Amino acid sequence: MASAFEYAPAPESRSVVDIAPSYGLFVDGEFTDAADGKVFKTVSPSTEEVLSEVAQAGAADVDRAVKAARKAFEKWSALPGAERAKYLFRIARIIQERSRELAVLETLDNGKPIRETRDADLPLVAAHFFYYAGWADKLDHAGFGAAPRPLGVAGQVIPWNFPLLMLAWKIAPALATGNTVVLKPAETTPLSALFFADICRQAGLPRGVVNILPGYGDAGAALVAHPDVNKVAFTGSTAVGKEIARTVAGTGKKLTLELGGKGANIVFDDAPLDQAVEGIVTGIFFNQGQVCCAGSRLLVQESVHDEVLDALKRRLSTLRLGDPLDKNTDIGAINSAEQLARITALADRGEAEGAERWSPACELPGSGYWFAPTLFTGVTQAHTIARDEIFGPVLSVLTFRTPDEAVAKANNTQYGLSAGIWTEKGSRILAVASKLRAGVIWSNTFNKFDPTSPFGGYKESGFGREGGRHGLEAYLDV
Amino acid sequence: MPTTAPSAQPLSDVTASDSSLRRFLHGLPGVDAVGLEARAASLGTRSIKTTAKAYAIDLAISMVDLTTLEGADTPGKVRALGAKAVRPDPTDRTTPATAAVCVYPDMVAAAKEAVAGSAVKVASVATAFPAGRAALDVKLADVREAVAAGADEIDMVIDRGAFLAGRYLKVFDEITAVKEACGTAARLKVIFETGELSTYDNIRRASWLGMLAGADFIKTSTGKVAVNATPANTLLMLEAVRDFRAQTGVQVGVKPAGGIRTSKDAIKFLVLVNETAGADWLDNHWFRFGASSLLNDLLMQRQKLATGRYSGPDYVTVD
Repeated sequence: MASAFEYAPAPESRSVVDIAPSYGLFVDGEFTDAADGKVFKTVSPSTEEVLSEVAQAGAADVDRAVKAARKAFEKWSALPGAERAKYLFRIARIIQERSRELAVLETLDNGKPIRETRDADLPLVAAHFFYYAGWADKLDHAGFGAAPRPLGVAGQVIPWNFPLLMLAWKIAPALATGNTVVLKPAETTPLSALFFADICRQAGLPRGVVNILPGYGDAGAALVAHPDVNKVAFTGSTAVGKEIARTVAGTGKKLTLELGGKGANIVFDDAPLDQAVEGIVTGIFFNQGQVCCAGSRLLVQESVHDEVLDALKRRLSTLRLGDPLDKNTDIGAINSAEQLARITALADRGEAEGAERWSPACELPGSGYWFAPTLFTGVTQAHTIARDEIFGPVLSVLTFRTPDEAVAKANNTQYGLSAGIWTEKGSRILAVASKLRAGVIWSNTFNKFDPTSPFGGYKESGFGREGGRHGLEAYLDV
Repeated sequence: MPTTAPSAQPLSDVTASDSSLRRFLHGLPGVDAVGLEARAASLGTRSIKTTAKAYAIDLAISMVDLTTLEGADTPGKVRALGAKAVRPDPTDRTTPATAAVCVYPDMVAAAKEAVAGSAVKVASVATAFPAGRAALDVKLADVREAVAAGADEIDMVIDRGAFLAGRYLKVFDEITAVKEACGTAARLKVIFETGELSTYDNIRRASWLGMLAGADFIKTSTGKVAVNATPANTLLMLEAVRDFRAQTGVQVGVKPAGGIRTSKDAIKFLVLVNETAGADWLDNHWFRFGASSLLNDLLMQRQKLATGRYSGPDYVTVD
């Protein structure tokens, strides 16, 4: 939309974060080099600028970290819950105090807009630590019997789409319940986890309770397979999740998997349409669509299809894509060249299979990894883009005529993580929600998160729940 | 966007009877309050700095309906207000004039005189403002008096009692009667008093009702109740004028009024206009602020941008 009201750039200051030229692994309370001396570079997806060089963990480092965690477990698990709570509360407060710094860091390393790191990620990160800090001395009352015991050492592998938030989802309940942790952040976004390591030291957390091992898939595999790990928690792709499940099978390790999704966002003809359009945008363009619970399949009732599509296209034309550090940016960069290639390939496939592609007029920056917000109309269940998770800002639009058809199409997927229902009719919300096979169902909203609310999937979206009281169970011997 | 297809039912037919009008207004898509307020809040986080801020401040000044609506108003007070509207900042002649001065009908003549020779319009709150509780004859007489005295714009209040009782056709007929009394001399702004309509669904219905009846502007409130203009109700009305134009080709203006006191707030409203109805609404023919104290804050912010320093309340005029 052409306008004389052009917003001047409003970049958040980079000077609030001090990124060192190199970082080590965080093992037993110390930053150390990798045993074999390997390092890798982490780049800013929006500029391809190298941000820092990070030690790359290998199998020997995994072993060292697990040993440190095992040693720390004895003391940590023996602490009264109220004592563990103090540490967690302290960490939560430090995160709040340093939230601006962490938001800028996350935006630099991940490519997502500062609007999201500042307004969504960081408040949720702090909230998770506060929430599980509150549980630490109340485990007897969590519904898992008296004095439930921790499992031991938790090996956790997290993805690059919400680096710090996924860390919080994993570490906060693990520590609250008395476990110790070895966490491997994704190779494209290791920095906020290393800053978190510094926060652990600032909070005076005992050595070895939290260990951070930046690295690639081989480090993750070594961690998952380590015989002295008692619990494995993984968030990431379904393919890797299956591999992990095979590795862990029969070992007695407890496992939770949060994997891919292909969420259906169902818009009925009596929906509050303006808010539904906002919900569709939030559902698929939040974090450039790199969200496992993204509403990547829009199921819209045929009678309002044209109206909704017109409104959606108009709305997409107002999205601002560009410098993620600009406070007015809505759409940031794709996390890596590899991911961009995957999104591009799947979108091209959609076109080749005959779906109609549309993007708003939108100039992409010259350097960095960018993909314009994209809609596909005329999509059917038989299209690849209606089945495969794209993990990018690509929305597939399908239609339905009756509630039964909407439910059938929504459930016709190998995934089952999230779904959305848009209607003004309360009874329809309840009727449809009860038939959907998805871990999270939002009504008249989308992509809302809260530490008190359990999150997890059905089918190939994984098993186990994170968040809420349910999230404790994964870290307790119950 | 009504769910009834416009091609199947031309909009002129929906006002044929109370029941058809009710069916139409209740067929409009619902408003989810949580979602609407979240959207308004998220647009409120746009960061408007430097050149964009300078542009927005001048734009906002040019959109102000500088208002005095007190029982104690005198011709002298109105003259002072008019002078300020024409020349908001005597120390900086590049400051744009406001859009209008807004007064009670008996002050229109004085206001007209005060802004004579300038582009500043005179708006008058006729129709038994602010309660609107008078016979239609009385309201029309009020309007005719204001128009005869030279008012360029009439701000009318709707009969909220009739609206809440579901007597939509009565409200519609009143608006059309007032519109007729305005003739071609004055543009009509229809005030809903959104704080009294209470629900967002009602505000959307009232917006469409006003536009169907020929409003040139739809306006949130009188400024005389507890809840006046908010980002959410203004966003909702902007959606309504956007959809109305898409459906009928007729463009209608929007005027939030009451409670907008700071430049920061005003700029947030301009962001709402820019990203909801669009750039076509970004001038004072299509968007206004009903405000009295807002202007001074805009002027102080303007001086700050020009000089790099904050001055103080004594560096702008007290009306």
